[in-house]
Amino acid sequence: MLTYIARRLLYALPILFGVNVLTFALFFLVNTPEQMAQVQLGGKFTSPEAVANWKAERGYDRPLFINRDAAGLGVLTDTIFFEKSVRLFVFDFGKSDEGRNIGAEIRERMWPSLAIQVPTLIVGIAVNISFALVVVLFRASLFELAAMVLCIALFSISTVFYIIGSQFFFGKLWHLVPVSGYLEGLGAVRFLLLPIIIGVVAGIGASTRLYRSIFLEEIHRDYVRTARSKGVSELQVLFRHLLPNAMIPILTGVVVVIPSLFMGSLLMESFFGIPGLGSYTLDAIQAQDFAIVRSMVFLGSVLYIAGLLLTDISYTWVDPRVRLS
Amino acid sequence: MTEPTTLQPVLLWSDGLIFLLVASLLAFAATLRRSPQTRQKWAQVFRSRIGVSSFMVVCAYVLVALLDSVHFRESLPATEHSADVHYSHSIRSVLDLLLHDMQEGTETTYSAPFAIYSFSKENMLDEQGRLYRDFPRLAHGGAHLADPAQRAGDILQRSAVALVRGALLAAVLLGLLAWLRRRRLARVGLPWRAVNLTLVALVLVSTWVLELGSVYHILGTDQVGTDVLYQSVKSIRTGVLIGTLATLLTLPLAIVLGIGAGYFKGAVDDVVQYVYTTLNSIPGILLIAASVLLIDVYIQTHPERFELTVVRADFKFLALCFILGLTSWTTLCRLLRAETLKISQLEYVRAAQAFGVSQARIIRRHILPNVMHLVLISLVLDFSAFVMAESVLSYIGVGVDASMMSWGNMINAARSELSRDPSVWWSVMSAFILMVVLVLAANLFADEVRAAFDPRGAGGRR
Repeated sequence: MLTYIARRLLYALPILFGVNVLTFALFFLVNTPEQMAQVQLGGKFTSPEAVANWKAERGYDRPLFINRDAAGLGVLTDTIFFEKSVRLFVFDFGKSDEGRNIGAEIRERMWPSLAIQVPTLIVGIAVNISFALVVVLFRASLFELAAMVLCIALFSISTVFYIIGSQFFFGKLWHLVPVSGYLEGLGAVRFLLLPIIIGVVAGIGASTRLYRSIFLEEIHRDYVRTARSKGVSELQVLFRHLLPNAMIPILTGVVVVIPSLFMGSLLMESFFGIPGLGSYTLDAIQAQDFAIVRSMVFLGSVLYIAGLLLTDISYTWVDPRVRLS
Repeated sequence: MTEPTTLQPVLLWSDGLIFLLVASLLAFAATLRRSPQTRQKWAQVFRSRIGVSSFMVVCAYVLVALLDSVHFRESLPATEHSADVHYSHSIRSVLDLLLHDMQEGTETTYSAPFAIYSFSKENMLDEQGRLYRDFPRLAHGGAHLADPAQRAGDILQRSAVALVRGALLAAVLLGLLAWLRRRRLARVGLPWRAVNLTLVALVLVSTWVLELGSVYHILGTDQVGTDVLYQSVKSIRTGVLIGTLATLLTLPLAIVLGIGAGYFKGAVDDVVQYVYTTLNSIPGILLIAASVLLIDVYIQTHPERFELTVVRADFKFLALCFILGLTSWTTLCRLLRAETLKISQLEYVRAAQAFGVSQARIIRRHILPNVMHLVLISLVLDFSAFVMAESVLSYIGVGVDASMMSWGNMINAARSELSRDPSVWWSVMSAFILMVVLVLAANLFADEVRAAFDPRGAGGRR
């Protein structure tokens, strides 16, 4: 097991390296730091001194790959590539273009993100599985057709509309919850309620359809027929026999997103004014703070790869037939 | 204008592309007709009532988008100083001609749906020249009414007229359809009642909108007084184009790399897998945002290339489509790779290899046709996903240019509009209605296509 994990981690390195090179190319080669400085400082008519200053303050005045002026290892390390990209590998995110410590911000802002994402995920799975089970219980009926059309309708509505609509009705018109904002500690519940509910509702459509098809795939298996033929009631079949078996693909499908929960939700956090990583990223995009965007890209890919690894491990956990090889 | 206006056609890059793509889609559909199996599957799609109705709705949207993609510049009236013909700086489309009254009838600021008074009070002078504050009458909405109390009656009367006209038009179309059905389409077992009902509904809605839209603001006006309905109809082009362009741009990469990896295996497979795992591991929205920001930087540092606003918007729009396409081909690529791996082990492929059939021919004749169902399913599914993505991206500020009318931009404006008191809800509502109808129709159609083409049957997993 450990050797397997170690090998998978080694396999992740070239991917992370690829991500790094890609973002580096996007941020430093396609557009030079000069151009970034000009845009940040306001258009074409900025003085060369201001641009040089801006670059020096943020360490963008080094050469890209090879620094011929430096001594020793500095030839390689005193470069933009090393300072801004390679350092990410040890999670040294450095400073944002505004001059704030990115690592500290991430550690502080991940908690509000998790406070939305974890309940949304758990409640969402529970709701979707129950709904899908009910649909499967009444399969080949008008109810199923109606439920499936409802699912398509639910995921045909952009999340933006769910957010805007519920903020308007529940927050502004009926004053049930605050429109936006955040408090530390238990006070946060009032602010988190609506984002969590929206997250669950917005996810019902797609997930229920997926789970339903997983259930339907299982329902034609032999063990289900055996259970029915020995007189087990349909409800018992669903809960005792079908559900545990169907949980394998469902849970392994969920595992891949777990690490990415840290990243938060861009839309939800910015609409509800929650100071998580999602709104952090969004603010960085809008302020064109490339240092933060670069860090978040890297963090996102690390978490994604961690998710892939967890998925593979969880396969072997829940299904003894799968061997690590 | 006394002298006749002449028109100078303008071909934006996106216009050319969309016509090219629609033409190639039609050609693709024509080649599909050759195989009896695919014909049978399509017949299954169109035999379902939901399938055929949703297809017609999507077609209606595409038609509007195509009408809105025929651009031209009108000549300006000749002045005394020169006899040369000068063309206006603003680029209009055929759709603008149809919606002329909506486009021209602008107000000064917000007004509610069907309103005849403005949304906010203004200073005005009464007959004696005294200053007072009240809601002014709109310059356009309901301006033909002498007495505001007539509004309800007028709306009903005009609706009745519109519906009668629409019914006449629909009757003509239905007659034409019935004739076609007897002459040409007798063999095709379409659910005719659903076809007819959808057609009637589409015709009635459009005649009603055209009739009432010329004298009222059916869905109100926005902050600068533009008709909201006009805006949301113009946004159709943006939505449909993003959906089609981005979807079709994903295809070549996904097909070439996916089939290549699955067929050649070995090093090719390793490289392709590495590339798509790397791309996939970057959070999609961040990759898109980063790329769009770079395009922005490019536009800002090269202002001389984008003198006309429309050209700049069009460039940015196309870039967005390319970026969306380049960042979203991985899902289809993975599916195609897996399927090709499976197929290339089958006996008929082995046999072809043993006979010494060239690899290009094996791929073209034996593999490609057998993975086409995956391509088709993802084609229709991606379309609606991209339409929705546009709204989110424009909200984040990395979507289409702010000068381009799009549902995303309308939603973006809605945040501040809804928090006004009283709230301005019509803008977001009309974007919502038009977008949901399109996405819902596309998704329902995609579902039918999947049910017909996916060998694992209806509702199979992607």
